[in-house]
Amino acid sequence: MDFEALFKQFLSGDVAQQASILRSLVIFLPELVLSGSIVLMLAARLVSLDRIIPTHWFALLGAMASFVIVLFQFWQFGQAQTAPVEVFTGLAIHDEFSIFFRGFLTFFLVFVIALTVLTGIPDDEDAPDFYSLLSGAVVGMMLMSSANHLLMLFIGIEMASVPSYAMTGFLKGKRRSSEAALKFVVYGAGAAGVMLFGISLLTGILGTAQFSELAPRFQAVFANHAGMQDPATRCVVLALLMITVGFAFKLSLVPFHFWCPDAFQGAPAEVGGFLSVGSKAAAFALLVRLTTSLAGDGTGALSQLSLSSGLALGLIAIVTTTFGNLAAYSQKNIKRMLAYSTIAHAGYMLMAVSALLVLQSVQSDLVFQGNHQQNGPRAMEGLLYYLCVYLFMNLGAFAIVALIRNQTFSEEIDDYKGLAQQVPVLAICMAICMFSLVGIPPLGGFYGKAFIFASVYEATNVHWFMWVVLATGGLNTVISLFYYLRVAKTMCIDARPADAAPVTLAASSSPALYVMLVSGMVVFLGIIIDPLSKVALHAAHALF
Amino acid sequence: MSPETLLTCIVFLPAVWAIPLVLFDAKAKDAMRYWGVLGTALTFALTLQLLMQFDSNKSGMQFKFDTPWISNWNVFFSLGVDGISLPLVVLTGFVCLLSMLASWSIEKNFKGYLMLFLILETGMMGVFLSLDFFLFYVFWEVMLLPMYFLIGIWGGPRREYAAIKFFLYTLAGSVLMLIAMLMFYFNSDRSFDLLELAKIAGGTSAGRSHVYGMSMQVAAFIMLFIGFAIKLPSFPFHTWLPDAHVEAPTPISMILAGVLLKMGGYGIIRIAFPLCPYGAQYAAYFLAALGVFSIIYGAFAAMAQTDFKRLVAYSSVSHMGYVLLGIAVWKIVDGKTVGREYWEMGLNAAMFQMIAHGISSTGMFFMVGVLYDRVHHRDINKFGGIAQVMPHYAGLAAVIFFAGLGLPGLCGFVGEVFSVLACWNFSPLLAIVAASGVILTAGYILWTMQRVYLGPEYKGPHPEALVEMNSRELAIGYTLVVTAILFGVLPHLLFDPMHGSIQALTQSLASSYETLYGAIQTSQLP
Repeated sequence: MDFEALFKQFLSGDVAQQASILRSLVIFLPELVLSGSIVLMLAARLVSLDRIIPTHWFALLGAMASFVIVLFQFWQFGQAQTAPVEVFTGLAIHDEFSIFFRGFLTFFLVFVIALTVLTGIPDDEDAPDFYSLLSGAVVGMMLMSSANHLLMLFIGIEMASVPSYAMTGFLKGKRRSSEAALKFVVYGAGAAGVMLFGISLLTGILGTAQFSELAPRFQAVFANHAGMQDPATRCVVLALLMITVGFAFKLSLVPFHFWCPDAFQGAPAEVGGFLSVGSKAAAFALLVRLTTSLAGDGTGALSQLSLSSGLALGLIAIVTTTFGNLAAYSQKNIKRMLAYSTIAHAGYMLMAVSALLVLQSVQSDLVFQGNHQQNGPRAMEGLLYYLCVYLFMNLGAFAIVALIRNQTFSEEIDDYKGLAQQVPVLAICMAICMFSLVGIPPLGGFYGKAFIFASVYEATNVHWFMWVVLATGGLNTVISLFYYLRVAKTMCIDARPADAAPVTLAASSSPALYVMLVSGMVVFLGIIIDPLSKVALHAAHALF
Repeated sequence: MSPETLLTCIVFLPAVWAIPLVLFDAKAKDAMRYWGVLGTALTFALTLQLLMQFDSNKSGMQFKFDTPWISNWNVFFSLGVDGISLPLVVLTGFVCLLSMLASWSIEKNFKGYLMLFLILETGMMGVFLSLDFFLFYVFWEVMLLPMYFLIGIWGGPRREYAAIKFFLYTLAGSVLMLIAMLMFYFNSDRSFDLLELAKIAGGTSAGRSHVYGMSMQVAAFIMLFIGFAIKLPSFPFHTWLPDAHVEAPTPISMILAGVLLKMGGYGIIRIAFPLCPYGAQYAAYFLAALGVFSIIYGAFAAMAQTDFKRLVAYSSVSHMGYVLLGIAVWKIVDGKTVGREYWEMGLNAAMFQMIAHGISSTGMFFMVGVLYDRVHHRDINKFGGIAQVMPHYAGLAAVIFFAGLGLPGLCGFVGEVFSVLACWNFSPLLAIVAASGVILTAGYILWTMQRVYLGPEYKGPHPEALVEMNSRELAIGYTLVVTAILFGVLPHLLFDPMHGSIQALTQSLASSYETLYGAIQTSQLP
């Protein structure tokens, strides 16, 4: 059937179907606007319009418009108190949770584009390519956050990944950059293949790919099955493991993290900042949605599934956090260090998902004292708060790395010595980001971490293993102090060597203002917590 | 001024005061100095205003108010003051003003120094005034960052090592505190209110009695105690202190010894004991023994030092041992508190010792700093004959050191003698050992004074720099000497405001332990 035939079928179809598609398209508007801006950027180059109007304006306006539309949708949702809407015949879902993440991603896109404009990567010639990749990746991430179907899950992940590969290798002349991109592609392709296999197994056993159907089908299929002797059980476990591989790759969880340090070191810092926040957030949104729909109401066979997958994720979280922190300790290159820090933080955030699943596996009043209905949403609130702070603190760190690189052409931590004497703004903002990454109040990073630890603590009522998770989380906070502090110390305490390249940045210049804004947000989120925490809890409620 | 505004101002005035410093020209050092002095003086004036408004006849919290801060998590911005926190708040204001005046010798990047100093003061005030556990924790950590940089940037040669050691010890303690905090939060149906948590622990909260199990109380107490003992510092968590003190610049040493160490003692009195009476009582003998050991150990360690500042640092370990001893002398036989008035005396002594140590150790570090500013070394064996060249200085220093020694008539005496007396009821053996610590203290302080101040002439480096104190230094010195004498002669000035609160504390702890004991006997407690 060709396009014309499809179109004719649409026009001649019944009214209800047309209305549903139109409604879906309206909900899909933010993604459409972003895609439109991509088309505009590419078309502008055809007619040499980009010589007159710089390309980044198209990208920036597209991102802003799409953010505004998401905000409007959020407002609309709040007004009407509507139930979640399944769009495109159930392939995607439109609820507060997806709106939250779409807003998060478009907001983040605005900040990343602004950063690339300030640091001058890409140059005018490459700008349309770069920004189409960037916006395209964000469209993919937005699909990930609203996916409601296993197929959509895969499409979203691929759509977000492929532009990321290209962006990693964007510094074309550089060997390291190309190597990083190649590593990323090969790894990504492998992980995607395994994941697709897992998806087909799961779909085969449960007979559905619709998220909302997964739990009831699982309940029905495994109502009378017991233990690992059953081939169907083993098959499901295998399928889930394979899907976890795909997620572990996206979230750079140990042992699927090997691409991460190389890709971050090879890629420009702006891209590193984008990947570390954007793809992580989208992957967490997807993981949470998949696991909560798999766990369902946590009764019968689902309880066992929920508990064991929660504990498994907890184990991965422990290993990931510990490994990330220990490996970051010996890094000399700041981007590599930040890559390992990203790995460690993925571990902290995974603790929230693990706690959520463990908490969901028990529905008894006996285990918890007091009100436990809120446990699941609160675990998610912690994760969402963490992600929001993480956006600012990580973006701030990468932005400072990019700004310093533009002047000294170096990304070695040793070359940052004594920068506080030359550019106090950058040194102070970097210190704020670093301490927030450690999780020291009154900076935002602390609250996300504290909320997650609180959920993990609550989960210890269900299973003793969560004590191990909690203790590891606490211990890791102390370990991580060393390497974050080293950056702050190098910049603020050491003396600037006489032969070091000078760095200048006026405190009132736009890059300085940008950095101050981003790290100011880290401080702000550490003092005024209520609004964001309420929005996050509200979004989290959509899942339950 | 309404009490709410007053408390909020005391906490946030210093931090807000730091903001306009951005506009100052980096070269206008004098203007910044006076700005800083004005800020700390205003804060001190506000704390005095609080002292005026405080009614010492009441025993509970005064001026308490709550504003929702993180409403999803039941976190409140809740401040209040009682007889236990009030003296420490005033002490903080006092020590900060004096150390700001002692900051004249700071050269490098003065603007940054001042800003961090002021933020540090906000953190300290917040710790003493907050009544919400979460808020307390946040303020507790707020001090950490400025302190790290103050030691790390403006410190001596091994400053980086000292700063990271300080940071690491405190952070490790804080993580334990965080976990203990979560324990109370979830076991109390999501409350961070310290007063409410204490009520629940005592079984006097409506409908929620005996929810903290025995093992939970012991576990929480151990975690809280380690967190606070690091700050106190008590053996074996004290090793950060000598390094931090030696490397920190003089004014920061003054704050460290004068205020920061008190947070450990305050935390034990305000949080660890009321929230886990069972755990506290369980560990009481161990705590008292640890306190006594710290007294003796600190005194011996101080005796062995040749670095003047290190000596004073170890003397802090020794003196803070009396605080721990005074807090811990809670004697219980068959669930009943025996000789509660002795325990009350011990707690009073602990509080008094904290304030007295705040004055005497601030003074000692200041006196060391005065010498160091002139001759740029601190080797006790190279001193001698200072009294010949700087008689005025030597006189003031002698009073301060005697106050540290615990000479009757000076502030150090009251706290030491009362905590040892209170200990007699608890355990005569420990009391005897603790009392013998006084001899050791006298030993190292007299020996130090003999080596530094007495003797025929100064033979060390830079003899030409030994000039008499200037008027600013004299003002600081005299203020400290006068307060040391004042509290030594009129100790009731301090006992009066805190007596009521401490009495209420011991009463409620004694009765809550009694109910707990009853619950344990009938195995109602999990």
